[in-house]
Amino acid sequence: MTTVAVKAKDYKSGIKPIWCPGCGHFAVLAAITRALAYLERPKEQVALISGIGCSSRLPAYVDSYGFHGLHGRALPLATGLKVARPDLTVLVAGGDGDGFSIGGNHFLHACRRNIDLTYIAMDNRVYGMTKGQASPTTAPDWSASKMTPHGTGVRRFQPAAIALSAGATFIARGYSGDPKGLSRMLVEAIRHPGFSFLHVLSPCLTFRPEQRAWKAEAHAFTEETSDEPVEAARRLHADDGLGLGVVYAERLPVWPPRHESTASLAMLEEEFSA
Amino acid sequence: MFSMNTDMPGMQTGGLSVAVTGSGGSGAVTAGLILLEAAAKKGLYGLMMRSAGPQIRGGESASLLRFGDAPVACMSDHFDLLVGLDWRNAGRFAQEIPLDASSVILADPAVGSVPESFSASGARVRELAFKERAARVNGGRLNMVAVGTAGALCGLPLETIDAAVHKILADKGTVVVESAITCVALGYELAALPKVPAPGAPEESAARWRISGNEACGLGALRGGVRFVAAYPITPASDMLEWLAPRLEGLGGSLLQAEDELAAINMIVGASYGGIPALTATSGPGLSLMLEGLGLAVASETPVVVVNVTRGGPSTGIPTKSEQSDLNIALYGMHGEAPHLVLAPLDVRDCVLTTQWAVRLAEHLQTAAIVLSDQSLGQTRAVADPPAEFELSLQRLIERSPARDYRRYAATEEGVSAMTIPGVAHGMYTADGLEHDERGIPSSLAADHRRQLEKRQQKIDAFDYGAYWAEIRGDGDLCLICWGSSSGAVFEAANRLAANGVALRVIALRLLAPLRCEALRQALAGAKQVWVVEQNHSGQLYHYLRAHDVLSVETHSLAKPGPIPLRPGEIAKTVAEQR
Repeated sequence: MTTVAVKAKDYKSGIKPIWCPGCGHFAVLAAITRALAYLERPKEQVALISGIGCSSRLPAYVDSYGFHGLHGRALPLATGLKVARPDLTVLVAGGDGDGFSIGGNHFLHACRRNIDLTYIAMDNRVYGMTKGQASPTTAPDWSASKMTPHGTGVRRFQPAAIALSAGATFIARGYSGDPKGLSRMLVEAIRHPGFSFLHVLSPCLTFRPEQRAWKAEAHAFTEETSDEPVEAARRLHADDGLGLGVVYAERLPVWPPRHESTASLAMLEEEFSA
Repeated sequence: MFSMNTDMPGMQTGGLSVAVTGSGGSGAVTAGLILLEAAAKKGLYGLMMRSAGPQIRGGESASLLRFGDAPVACMSDHFDLLVGLDWRNAGRFAQEIPLDASSVILADPAVGSVPESFSASGARVRELAFKERAARVNGGRLNMVAVGTAGALCGLPLETIDAAVHKILADKGTVVVESAITCVALGYELAALPKVPAPGAPEESAARWRISGNEACGLGALRGGVRFVAAYPITPASDMLEWLAPRLEGLGGSLLQAEDELAAINMIVGASYGGIPALTATSGPGLSLMLEGLGLAVASETPVVVVNVTRGGPSTGIPTKSEQSDLNIALYGMHGEAPHLVLAPLDVRDCVLTTQWAVRLAEHLQTAAIVLSDQSLGQTRAVADPPAEFELSLQRLIERSPARDYRRYAATEEGVSAMTIPGVAHGMYTADGLEHDERGIPSSLAADHRRQLEKRQQKIDAFDYGAYWAEIRGDGDLCLICWGSSSGAVFEAANRLAANGVALRVIALRLLAPLRCEALRQALAGAKQVWVVEQNHSGQLYHYLRAHDVLSVETHSLAKPGPIPLRPGEIAKTVAEQR
C-alpha cells in the first residue's frame, strides 16, 4: 500500500486573506491546516463554521466545506450541522466580539451541550472589522476607542473560566506566537470527544499594537491538564489571562445520543384514524 | 403538475355548535374532547377550538365545538348549546360564544348563576343538578355528568359517548374511566328534555382523522422529508414541537430545543447545509428574531422552512389567541432584497398539504419558506377526511460528482444551481451571507451582486407552481379573496350567499409569495366587485394586492383583528349590504 503524505498546504484554498500584516490570525490559519494534515482528515469531511469579524473570514481560506454565517451565530449553525451530520469534523472559528458579546448566550449553551465540536476563539480584545472598539475581553481602562473615550469601566469577560462553568469538557489556551504549540493543542482539541474550547491569544497589531508584548508575557501553565473542574477553576482564576496550555479535559457523554430509526411514516399516521 | 384539491372545506352551513366553559381544573377541555370524539364516532365531521385565559393553571378555559354531516372549516355565527361547568370568569368568553334566543344554556345553580353577559342574549337556561349527581358517584366529576346531558341533547347515543370516554381518558386508568361512565349515564338521564335538532350523520366514518392544525403541520413536515427541527418553545407553536420530538426520533431524525430563536434558525440553516431538510416552528416574537437567519438562508441558498403559528400582535400581544397579522413581516421583514416563499394553509386539514408543499418547494428552489398558520388552526382539533396523499417530485438538486471547476452559484436558466453537500469530494465551497460570485467567493462587485440578485429572484419567479397557488370556487361577478385561516368562514359565507341567489366566486390564496399576479388577474376576469377578507386590523393582504396592481375593479377591504374569529354570517351580511 502506498500512502501519499498529506501536507498542510493541501488544506489552503488559495484565497488571499483580508487580514492586516502581522495579524495573529495568519498563524491560527496555519495551525488549523497543519492539524488537519496531521490528522489526515479528508477535506470534504471537514466543515469550518464562523460568524462575522476579521477572524470569522477564516473558512474561505481553508479548502474544506465552510459556512461564513451571521455575527454571533457560528455555534448554533455548527450545532445544527453536527447534529444532522455526525460523520463530519466540524470546527468553529471566530473572535471575541462574535463569540462572547453578540454570541455570548450561544457560547454558554454550546459548552453545556457537549456536542463534539471544536471552537477556536481568536481573542485580540478589540473589534477589528469595525475599526477599533472595545470588546468584552478588553480591559476596563482601555480608552483608545472613540466610542468609549473613558474606557468601558466594565470588568473583562473570562472566556476560559466561563466555558468551564458552563460545562465545556476541554479547555485550552494557545497563542498565535507559538504556532507549534497551537497546532498540538488543536490536534488534541479535535480528537477530544465533546465540546472543545480553544481560547487563542491572537494579537491585533493595527488597533492594539501593545499586544506585541504578549510574546514576552505569555507563559505556559506549569501544572498538568486537570480533569477536576474545581482545580481547573482555581488555576484559571489565579492566572493573568496569558497562561498557555490545556487546562482541563474530562470525558463526559457526548450529546446527542444516537437513535436508530424504529418507525415509518405510515405507522405514525395510524394515530390519526380511529 | 398538481391536482386540485376538489373536496374543499367550508361546505358545512348548519350543523350544531356547542361550547363548554369552566375554570381551571373543571375539565372543560376534556369534556369538549369527549363530545368531539363521540360526534366523530357517530360519523359526523367536527372542529374543536380551544380558548384559554392567560393563566398557566387555574385559569378559565372553553371548548368551542361545531359538528355536522359535511366538513366543518370554521366556527358558526352562534352557539346552540352552552354548558357551564362553573361560571368563574366565564363572562370573558361571552364575545367568543355568541348566543341568541334559540340557544340553550345548561347550568347548575349549585355552582353559581349564569353571568349577565350570557343570559342577556335571551337564551333559555336549563337548570340541572350536575353537582348533586356527580356527588353520588365515588370519584364522580361534574364535567362528566354535563357531558352525558350535552351529548344526549346533541343526539349522540350513550354507547357512543361511553366509547369516546374510554378513548379520551384511556391513560387515566380504569377507576377514573368507570367513574366517568357512571357520571355520563346519570347526566344522560337528566336530559329528558326536548332535544336540540341534531344533524343527521352518514353511517361510515371509520377512516376519518382526528387531527389538530399543529399536528397537521408537523405531519406535513415529516411527509415533506424534514428530519431535523430546532426550535424554542413559544405559545401557540409548542405543541407542534412536542408532537414532532418523539416522532422525529422514531424516524431517525432529531429535534433540538434551542436556547433561543436566533439559535433555532441558525441551527436549521446548518443542518440543511449538511443536506438534511430542516424546519423550525415559532410565533410572532420568535419570527421577529429569526429574520436575520432567514436572510442568511436566502443569500446562501440554503433551504429552510419556518412555520409561524400566528398569535395576536404586536410585541407579546395576545399569546393564546389568533390573528392573521404577520403577513407583512413574512413578506417584507428581511433587510435587503431577499426573494422567498410565503404560504398559508386554508384549514386544519390543509396544514398537512401546505407544509409538505412548502418543504418541497424550499428544497427544490434552495430558499426559505414561511408557512403562516395561526392559533385558530394550530390549536383546533378537527374530525376530517384524511388529507390526500400528495406526491411531489420536487427534489433538492444535489451535485454528487462535481467537475473540477464546480461553481456553487452558477447562473442557470431556471436560477437553481446544483449544490454539493459536505462529504462530496471536489465540491467544497464556503456558503456565505456576504454577496458572492458564482464560486461563493465574497464579492462587492456590482456585476456579481446584480447576477446573484437576478439568480435568486429568477428561480422563485420562473418556477411553475401549478394550480395549487389558490383554491378557486365559482365564477360570479362578486369575488371574495382571502388567505389562510379565514378561508373557511369565507367559503361558508359564499355558500350561504349562493343559496340566496348571489353569484359569487372565491379565491383563497395558499401561495402568498411570490404572488401569482397573472394567474390572479385571470381568476379575477369578469369580476365586478372584489372583497379582500382577512383577520387583521390594517388589511395587509388588501394593500399587498393593491401594491401589485392586480385589482382593476371596485375593491373593498373586510379586515377585522383577532382574537374573535371571522364569522360567516358577518362576512355574508357585509358583502350583501354593499352590493
